[in-house]
Amino acid sequence: MGMKPTDTSDPEYFLKVVDCQHACPAHTPVPDYIRLIAQGRYTDAYMMNRRSNVFPGILGRVCDRPCEPACRRTRVEDEPVAICRLKRVAADHRDEVKHLMPDVMPKNGKKIALIGAGPASLTVANDLAPLGYDCTIFEALEKPGGLMISNIPSFRLPEKVLDDEIGYILDMGVKLKTGHWIDSMKSLLDEDYDAVFVGSGAPKGKDLSLPGRDEASDNIHIGIEWLESVAFDHIEEIGKKVLIIGVGNTAMDCCRTSLRLGSDSVKVMARKPREFFKASPWELKDAEHENVEIIVNHSPKAFVTENGKLTGMTFELMEYQLDDTGRITDTKVTGETTIPCDDVILAIGQDNAFPWIERDIGMEFDKWETPVVDKTTFESTRKGVFFGGDAAFGPLNIIWAVEHGHQAAISIHKHCMDEDVTDRLPRGLNLETAKMGPNEWSYSNDYDDDARSDMPEVDLVERFKTLDVEVELGFTAEQVKTEVERCLNCDLQTIFTAPACIECDACIDICPVNCLTIAENGEEADLRTRLSAPAENLDQALYISADLPNTARVMVKDEDLCLHCGLCAERCPSAAWDMQKSTIFLPHADDERAAIASRRAAE
Amino acid sequence: MTSIKKPLVDKHLPKNRQGLTLRDYEGVASTLCAGCGHDSITAAFVKAFHELDLEPHRAAKVSGIGCSSKTTAYFLGQSSGINTVHGRMPSVATGAAAVNPDLHYIGVSGDGDSLSIGLGQFAHAIRRNLDMLYVIENNGVYGLTKGQFSASADIGTRAKYGEVNEQSPIDPVRLALTLGATFVARSFSGDKEQLVPLIKAGLMHRGFAVIDVVSPCVTFNDHAGSTKSYAHTYKYYHPVVHADFVPEEMEITADYAAGEAITIPVHSGGEVVLRKTPDSHDPRDRDAAFDLLKDLDGPEIPTGLIYIDESRPEMGEMNNIPETPLNAIDHSKLCPGSDKLKELMDGYS
Repeated sequence: MGMKPTDTSDPEYFLKVVDCQHACPAHTPVPDYIRLIAQGRYTDAYMMNRRSNVFPGILGRVCDRPCEPACRRTRVEDEPVAICRLKRVAADHRDEVKHLMPDVMPKNGKKIALIGAGPASLTVANDLAPLGYDCTIFEALEKPGGLMISNIPSFRLPEKVLDDEIGYILDMGVKLKTGHWIDSMKSLLDEDYDAVFVGSGAPKGKDLSLPGRDEASDNIHIGIEWLESVAFDHIEEIGKKVLIIGVGNTAMDCCRTSLRLGSDSVKVMARKPREFFKASPWELKDAEHENVEIIVNHSPKAFVTENGKLTGMTFELMEYQLDDTGRITDTKVTGETTIPCDDVILAIGQDNAFPWIERDIGMEFDKWETPVVDKTTFESTRKGVFFGGDAAFGPLNIIWAVEHGHQAAISIHKHCMDEDVTDRLPRGLNLETAKMGPNEWSYSNDYDDDARSDMPEVDLVERFKTLDVEVELGFTAEQVKTEVERCLNCDLQTIFTAPACIECDACIDICPVNCLTIAENGEEADLRTRLSAPAENLDQALYISADLPNTARVMVKDEDLCLHCGLCAERCPSAAWDMQKSTIFLPHADDERAAIASRRAAE
Repeated sequence: MTSIKKPLVDKHLPKNRQGLTLRDYEGVASTLCAGCGHDSITAAFVKAFHELDLEPHRAAKVSGIGCSSKTTAYFLGQSSGINTVHGRMPSVATGAAAVNPDLHYIGVSGDGDSLSIGLGQFAHAIRRNLDMLYVIENNGVYGLTKGQFSASADIGTRAKYGEVNEQSPIDPVRLALTLGATFVARSFSGDKEQLVPLIKAGLMHRGFAVIDVVSPCVTFNDHAGSTKSYAHTYKYYHPVVHADFVPEEMEITADYAAGEAITIPVHSGGEVVLRKTPDSHDPRDRDAAFDLLKDLDGPEIPTGLIYIDESRPEMGEMNNIPETPLNAIDHSKLCPGSDKLKELMDGYS
């Protein structure tokens, strides 16, 4: 009785060990490209990134970074590796990459319509254009990029970076029709497209209907619409005193943009305490660094007007009771206050909106009026119509949109080839020893205890001079050098061969984080308490060996804290432990194409 | 030897009452062969000292010559230690213990250092009941000179290159019992659950505590035909008694059914608690200890606390050695001056 030996041929097992790659929606092989950066191979690092996430330069600045909170380093010390910043290093220092873009195959006669030129549609085009698809992107605005251009201010994401990376895709022969608003899905379907992809985002900013809303409407702005107007130079100034309602990432962009349009007092008003903020911690930090005040426990009650003009806003003062798990159990209003202001920007969320999709064309909508979309294939209930990005399941982020695009591209290819869209290539795994000689490895295995580097920035005077001064300067060479060494190389796996083990305990004694134990096998819950250090992080797996030859006990490794330093393998007298580089194969549309082609050739 | 130092990552490690983690009890990186049993024993010392909440500078580590004798550098890096002449560690330890009985003396020796060149020293340290923990890291070969049989090699055991041993072995456990040792135990580098409590009890025992630890030589004596290999030891390893060490502040509660536990108070505080095994050996009975070793003749390796006697005085008590270290005694007391000398001399006239 007890746990079964871990199946080390399962790609999912080792993908989960590489915390950053696992957490990335597009599963970017982070340690791989960090090692390339360490070798100064920026172009290779860029292209490796591009394969997974298509927009390394953009994401290296403004990604939501799900990889960083997941980084193993946060469990070993406090701060994760600055993964996002290193991605930007690859983009900043790359050489010309145009010639490295995939070759475009002869046209295959299939036509795809893509609605909205955001990251989801662009990714679909990026994956399908090289396979010979005739892709046409329809965009309502004057420029491509979707929220990346309309909502992310240029002081965070310069237009040049967007132009370059969108350019690589358009240069593959993708047609872009800007200023082209699709107002009827029905008539689009009547045209001769083989498939339609909807990547139109979640374009409807939420409003706040409180007393005074209509009267003061000249000075009340919907966050995402306001940012778009700024991006396209339709708005060039704002009042001196601005209140931002809401405390997500859009709110952070609104407050920092206000500062650059002439406002000298910006307050972000939050209904709840800080631990409930939706904004990324680093975006909060950046805003506060620019002297934006974030005020908690203020719930909007009314807009105050004088002679039909906004003069302030009234808030209820809130008090919350929290339980041990941090959940709100009780809410109390303790008073009221009015804060004077010239303008209010509402950044309290956004919704999908599909007024242009007829409801009688065989596409099911759910009770929230959003289309029913399959989570794997991204196909709607109407064959040949696919969704991705915020249009699919509501607001997420760029990197999710990219992954949706990759998966939808696979589906579109299968659909156009008359194949079953649900029958997709499985993920694969390659393990290759990292041993180069006695105690010599193909990676830098020593642990580096350097702290995370801070991003150098333009000073607090210079950055406000124009709207498009990019605040972050990128890492210096010295910072790159230390930051790459902070990566623990979690894709260098500890692989154990039970029959070779002589049970000498050498690995257990040398392990710097006590993650190894030889123990009697047992049920997982019990085994977790009997290890060298109790395995309390249930999110992390236990690696269980086959029975050991001498005592029929098992080798147990708690994947939680492993530094991937390889000391177990260096200390093992019988090479029962080896460090092996795991590479996860994650199929894209071109892999599916190759698989279908070779299968058909064989038939 | 490993290519990198063991990284210091201890955020997650529990702290003992000194506020220290296990890592604070380590020494420099081991240069022994990967897989050496000795490194496991080193780890057991680290664990025992940490669990006893002792300050890591409160030990004196003494050793002779050999692979085992190198290991004193690999634990308790904040304590002093000395590598003495081959086989002469007990003399140096005797001198050190006489002038400073305040430290925990840890002698680490091997089967060559203790049973060949240093056998006489070993025997006399037992007679003196020197207050120290004496660990023999026993692998049956001279590892440092490339694997010749040592005095503990069993008859019939085969060397790495084929030679068979015909000379009878010296068993340090039986020898120590015969010489009147007051704490005799045997263990195995591969069983820290047994070894760590034995080290703790040995450190707290009053008098000479010897633990013979089978510690396979992974390079020269870990092949088929060896009686000191990992495989052989795992196969014939036979725990006859399980001894835990419980410090005096702690209550004995866990794991013992009422009436089952035998407790033996030790001089320095705390108790050795014996858990019953199918063999039910009582280590307070010297005759039973001899019988146990006799009855288990053959390939079986009896392990555990074989014998303990807390009643005998140790060297300091026998010789009226002051408990205060000499370096803490006032100079006028240590050297009373010529007047006192004259007084003494006059006494003989």
